[in-house]
Amino acid sequence: MKGGVSVSKDIIATIKENVIQGRKTQEDVGIDDSLAGTAGVVELTQQALGKNISPQVIITDGLTAGMQVVGERFSTKEYFIPDMLASAEAVGAAMDIMKPALESANVETKGKFAIATVKGDIHDIGKNIVAILLKGSGYEVHDLGIDVPTEKVVEFVREEKPGYLGLSALLTTTMTEMGVVIKALEENKLRSSVKVLIGGAAVSEEFAQEIGADAYCVDAFDAVRVLEGY
Amino acid sequence: MPREGILVDRPYERLTREQVELIHQVSMQILTDPGLISFNREAVDILHSHGAAVESIAGDHQSWQVKIPEQLVLKALDTAPRIVKLGARNPDNTLIMHGDEPRVYFITGSETNIWLDVDFPIYVSKADPTREIRVPEFKPRRGTVDDLCQSAHVCEHLEMADGYIRTVNIQDRDITEDNKDVNKFFASLNNNTKHFMSGLTSLKQLDNVVRMAELVAGGKKALEDNPIISFITCLVKSPLQFVDDTTATFIEVCRRGLPVAVSSSPQAGTTAPIKEAGIIAQINAEVLAGITLGQLVKPGTPVLYGSVPVRARMDTLGDSYGSVETSQYNIDCVQMARFYGIPNYSTSGVCDTKIPGQQSSIERLFSDIVVAMSGPQYLHCAFGLLDCNSVFCLLQAVLDDAHFKMIKFFLRQPRIDQPEMEAVLKQIRAVVTTPQKLYIGYIRPLLRSGEISGIYPFEGSGETDDVFELAYERMKELLARPVEHIDRETTSRIFEEIPGILPRLNIYERGS
Repeated sequence: MKGGVSVSKDIIATIKENVIQGRKTQEDVGIDDSLAGTAGVVELTQQALGKNISPQVIITDGLTAGMQVVGERFSTKEYFIPDMLASAEAVGAAMDIMKPALESANVETKGKFAIATVKGDIHDIGKNIVAILLKGSGYEVHDLGIDVPTEKVVEFVREEKPGYLGLSALLTTTMTEMGVVIKALEENKLRSSVKVLIGGAAVSEEFAQEIGADAYCVDAFDAVRVLEGY
Repeated sequence: MPREGILVDRPYERLTREQVELIHQVSMQILTDPGLISFNREAVDILHSHGAAVESIAGDHQSWQVKIPEQLVLKALDTAPRIVKLGARNPDNTLIMHGDEPRVYFITGSETNIWLDVDFPIYVSKADPTREIRVPEFKPRRGTVDDLCQSAHVCEHLEMADGYIRTVNIQDRDITEDNKDVNKFFASLNNNTKHFMSGLTSLKQLDNVVRMAELVAGGKKALEDNPIISFITCLVKSPLQFVDDTTATFIEVCRRGLPVAVSSSPQAGTTAPIKEAGIIAQINAEVLAGITLGQLVKPGTPVLYGSVPVRARMDTLGDSYGSVETSQYNIDCVQMARFYGIPNYSTSGVCDTKIPGQQSSIERLFSDIVVAMSGPQYLHCAFGLLDCNSVFCLLQAVLDDAHFKMIKFFLRQPRIDQPEMEAVLKQIRAVVTTPQKLYIGYIRPLLRSGEISGIYPFEGSGETDDVFELAYERMKELLARPVEHIDRETTSRIFEEIPGILPRLNIYERGS
């Protein structure tokens, strides 16, 4: 029994260390080469599930604990955004692996988050970064893509019932589509079912209020902060 | 291992090979007609004994017209070393300069009379008395030996400063012409382990400063092997005149075999022709005349081709280091020095304005970038100088260090080769198949290897310009860092053997 606990602790500690290093798979080098060639978060998560370690323990003591350290290092400027994203991607991949186990154990995610770049706009760097970070933070992220028609967004909200909707736009010519989406949600009596967050180079806090969005997020980290506040 | 500087792979050149050769030919013609006027008798005798035509000039000051034949210049260029080593207290700070290799070292200097203090008084908004702002205020004053110590201390820690030329003229009440040299050498050497170059105020102090350097280096032979000090001599006053006292100093420095920069600083429009062809032909003749004299005094003396050409301001006829032409002249001189295979002592980074700010940044960055691109080996004046070389500001030197970091990064050679192309092709093919199509994952291996340039270190937050305050904090941080002083025993010997050093500079005796 003691040996089992020790193996379990070892795997979880190694998962945490790999999250800190931002190593999704065995092929990743990480922040330095101290773990090079060893199992990454994906392989370790599979091993942990194979040893019947609870997904909740993997999440709490491995993934989240690792992300906590990453966040601290980012805030002290020891880590850069690519480091943060690598860790978030690793956590996201682990969450994908654990999805069936989480569902069967009735463990809920932090929430369902749909994200889209609005109609007429094909810019997606910011959107993708938000998606990676939120997934790594424990949200179930559904990326609807770029140049997404309003009807498709409305349809997704009606069918999948996400708690949150993120809309992105880079251009001043496409940002108005965000208002169109919100209006369409109102017309379809779906507005109250979903929190709408907007972001992108063209938009602002003032614009968010103007179109009736719930929040303006200055960057991906702000999106995490806003969601944690709900 | 010597300092690496930055090797400029394909240096920027303004002149064609034909133009370089034409300037050389005209410089040779200048040296024979009209030749130079020498106010120094010994230089006249040396040059005359090697074949230069000499003629006495009537007038209040004794002077001679000296016509230097081309073959004498060419012979001197043959004996002048192509490789000059400038040693340092810390051998890792040694500079190795090849005359034909455009490897740039960024150096401080030159000597200014004014030290610029900075303070940040707080102002309250009239419209909103709850709003306070801190505004940098600059106060000029005469430089002191304590300032020189501080400057040497901070420059020791400036990452991009490859060598140290004294930045400020020490004007304390207890500093006289007789003790100025020993104090400026000791203050600099004791607070900085990089190569130290300086001019000499009094020839009488030459042996004292050389002895001091011998004590620090570990003896006469050690100093020869590791020349931790070198000299700048402006023996030529434009147009085409050997000055008596600096020429005498130059001759004595050459006799001792220590490295020396043969510097000339003509002003286009007043002491040199305003046209590029004219000032370059003249300064080239002036520097070559100095190099020739030095090689005749002692063949093989390590010399630097020192060029400080500058254009005159049209409103005051003062120097205009910020003018575009000044950079053009300097770049031309870099090319001429490379033509002769002699390491170049060049100039950039001096601005016309009196205080740090937008004009200062624009003027200094412009010349720093373009002159550095031309590949001078010893780029002086590069840190902290304002008001055309008459004001030094330590805060500005800290700002300049950040500029040079950017310039050094910019001048790195591109890596475009088959393995690199294969790696990026693999990367591109891999990324386009992913849903997010981002290359971010490939950044990480480069993040901490120095292959990605950093953000500007003095970037403020919000919508205020915090550059000066952040640079000031950095300056204080560097001042708080220790420096490796000369050891106690050597310090004792220096104070015993070298007269005139101020007791307060002995860090081991303070407070006793």
